[in-house]
Amino acid sequence: MNDYVSPVGQGIPRLETRDKITGRAVYADDMSRPDMLVGVIVPSPHAHARITGYDVSAALALDGVAAVVTGVDIGDHKIGPFVKDETALAVGKVRYMGEPVAAVAAVDLETARQAARLIDISYEELPAVFDTDAATAADAPALHEGFADYIKVFEADSDRNAMAIIEIVEGDVDAAWERCAAIVEGSYETQAQCHTYMEPCSALAEIDSNGKITIWSSNQSVFHVQSFVADSLGLPMSKLRCVTPQVGGAFGGKMEQTVQPAAAALARATGRPVKVTLSREQDFEMIRSRHPGKVWMKTGAAADGTLLAREVRIVLDAGAYADDSPGVAGIAALFCRGPYRIENVSIESRPVYTNKLRSGAFRGFGGPQVAIAGETQIDEIADRLGMDPIDLRLKNVVLPGEEWMIGVALNKAGLSECLERVRAACGWDAKRKAVSNGSGRKRGIGLACIPHISGVLTSGAIVRILEDGTAVLNTGAVDNGQGSDTVLVQICAAALGLEVDQVSVATPDTDGSPYNWGTTASRVTYMAGRAVVAAAEDAVAQLKQRAAVMMECAEEDLELRDGGRIGIKGVPEAEIGFRDISGFSHWVAGGPVIGTNSLAYDGPDFDPKRGYLKGFPFGKIGAWIFAAQAVEVEVDEATGRIVPLKVWSAHDIGKAINPTAVEGQIQGGIVQGLGYALCEEMVWDSGRLANPSLMDYKIPGIMDVPPEIDTMLVEDPDEHGPFGAKGVGEPPIVGIAPAISNAVAHATGTRLRRLPMTPERVLRALRG
Amino acid sequence: MSEAIPISLTVNGRTHRLFVQPWHTLLQVLREQISLTGSKRGCNQGVCGACSVMIDGAVMRGCLTLAADAAGREIVTVEGLAVGGALSPVQQALLDHGAVQCGFCMPGMAVAATALLADNPSPSDAEIRDGLSGNLCRCSGYVKVVEAVRSASAGGAS
Repeated sequence: MNDYVSPVGQGIPRLETRDKITGRAVYADDMSRPDMLVGVIVPSPHAHARITGYDVSAALALDGVAAVVTGVDIGDHKIGPFVKDETALAVGKVRYMGEPVAAVAAVDLETARQAARLIDISYEELPAVFDTDAATAADAPALHEGFADYIKVFEADSDRNAMAIIEIVEGDVDAAWERCAAIVEGSYETQAQCHTYMEPCSALAEIDSNGKITIWSSNQSVFHVQSFVADSLGLPMSKLRCVTPQVGGAFGGKMEQTVQPAAAALARATGRPVKVTLSREQDFEMIRSRHPGKVWMKTGAAADGTLLAREVRIVLDAGAYADDSPGVAGIAALFCRGPYRIENVSIESRPVYTNKLRSGAFRGFGGPQVAIAGETQIDEIADRLGMDPIDLRLKNVVLPGEEWMIGVALNKAGLSECLERVRAACGWDAKRKAVSNGSGRKRGIGLACIPHISGVLTSGAIVRILEDGTAVLNTGAVDNGQGSDTVLVQICAAALGLEVDQVSVATPDTDGSPYNWGTTASRVTYMAGRAVVAAAEDAVAQLKQRAAVMMECAEEDLELRDGGRIGIKGVPEAEIGFRDISGFSHWVAGGPVIGTNSLAYDGPDFDPKRGYLKGFPFGKIGAWIFAAQAVEVEVDEATGRIVPLKVWSAHDIGKAINPTAVEGQIQGGIVQGLGYALCEEMVWDSGRLANPSLMDYKIPGIMDVPPEIDTMLVEDPDEHGPFGAKGVGEPPIVGIAPAISNAVAHATGTRLRRLPMTPERVLRALRG
Repeated sequence: MSEAIPISLTVNGRTHRLFVQPWHTLLQVLREQISLTGSKRGCNQGVCGACSVMIDGAVMRGCLTLAADAAGREIVTVEGLAVGGALSPVQQALLDHGAVQCGFCMPGMAVAATALLADNPSPSDAEIRDGLSGNLCRCSGYVKVVEAVRSASAGGAS
């Protein structure tokens, strides 16, 4: 009797769904602790100013106020994932409007807010720069006078407010232009997009009598929280325990510090638990956004459509602090060539400081800013050469077994299949031939391709077999709602031959979980998943060792059997269940079974003989993933409104561990992509964010979504991925804007080079 | 500070005798005074819908309703949808269709969908979208939410 079905490949509901739809799921702001205080952060009213004095006496005199902390109290402890250039509360200077300057803890929110208004900080205003042109002008004020002395985790040249200059050069573009039959060139501009996770940032910190602080917070990595809070307050990491309740979305916006340092500083100052939860307005103004980008690009192809050369200059508006900017600029530089064999490239990418909100990680991580340029230029080349845009792409996309960027060998690549699947599903060939006549509403269809990674940095896993033979999995990976807890349990259960409900998943906790770099870079299924498979295999090896003693046989003669049993090969009736083995190991001999694994991404390196890479801020990256997306639109020539009618999205994912979760991730990414393409834009009036509310910053609602989104999963198992799986988190957002721009060009003959493609911009473009 | 107002608040069939400040919102009182933290504060200005509750059967914003104004009325929150531990049809459908990701919008979405189907047991897809147009979700893209509500409706697939 064996009716075991492997959990891998099953579209089971996320494990915590029942809690989430009954209101029982606990998010950070749902928590409270005995004697808890409420903390409020005081933002900078200036975009660039020197702090000349503090008077906190009136705030402290207010009944119910427990403590005020400022940059003076926490000290000049700098943090930052790439450049240590900011403090958790401003020290000496403020560099954007909304920057945390002080924090106050009081008995309730009303009192804390009243106290915040009574904190009197004096400033001396400084000249400020609000875009990258002004920030790179010869007479621009330097935002960070001490930049040269900051600690950096990578080496790159810098130039005044340009914090890094990243270069990638392969072949010889100048020589290649002469061989091109078609060359296109253009400048593109993209906007700041707000993550707009539904749950505003929140943290609760509590200190014990030994000075150890526990922090529950909304985040993407408890280990990042531990690291930046330790750095920002000058504490040893062993004095911090960081835990994660449910997270209400993140999308990159909660990867680095939010309100955890302020909550911890207030807990330390008061000796009491303190919870800090941002208002939506403060979340908009204080945390981070996607980088606004300015991209100049030139692409050339031979008469037969072979792409020969691409030259790119990328300038990203990093805002006041570096945050993940060097990383984003590096990934933009890497992927601006698209998923194509192009032998001659010359790329330069610069993140530039300005006196605005810091820009940081956001789903796509540099990809969206360059995809609008790169993927629309491919269509323009196709147009010049009289080729179909999909045919042109198929001629140039990287294929399995080929080397691509900077000499990296590609074992698997399912992009051609993605393109063919989309082409067939959307009725491409017929729709591209249809020509919109007359004026009024015109239809068009466009497409874009996306490359990304899912392998980077480090992860670990611990699989413990409990006394009754069930298991608990601990990876330290934070589930932001995308479903990684469920997927990792499916992987673990499958590797152990158990059912999903026989594997429990531990809450990420820096005191007990193995290190996981973060829920970011589309990496958890691939990286943590690999660690889970290896840790489960380690547990199985230990189970076999104990079983060999019990069954008096050699370990090599034993095999893992579905349903949680170890048996002797070739002897079906000779087997013992995990429960008996685990009882033996706990109480007789061998010791509890604890399978472990830790790994760092170990794919092939770039080949320095094949290209020149300077200032690139990552070590090994890879586990490449690909996607192709098509959008059909209707353009109203009278109003300029673009209506997306249907989206097709095919993804090279290796293997879907949970097809329902993968579909959901793709659908959600597409809708964020529609927002980026059509309506979302953070707008600054000098230094002040003009639209810090969900009323004025428009994310897609249910009425803005096309009735049909067709997701296609291309499953060609990756040789290293867990059960063949790779990542999928980021690509779905990246291709939507260029696919829509291409569709609008198909419908109207007009090319849009600026995001978002709002009705007024469309109208302006249509009227020339 | 003004005098706290004594009110009697009936939530999910249970009556609570409370003192509230005149400016306290229903959302604040649910979350902070009677520990019903299912209703979420996503924007506190009536846009996101994560705080949606039913008051006398109509969907209302918990963040835009004063607690004192809700006194004496029948309030249903997400915690009141599952009766006796059994998920309601809407909740079961959201679960079965994998419509839930981070879940922060879901308490409001589930309340709005429940009210929609109570009012219109067999809505068209357009009516489903219209009924949920006051609830923002940033994870799902809404596709599986519509599928779930359609299947929970009287005309839904079995």
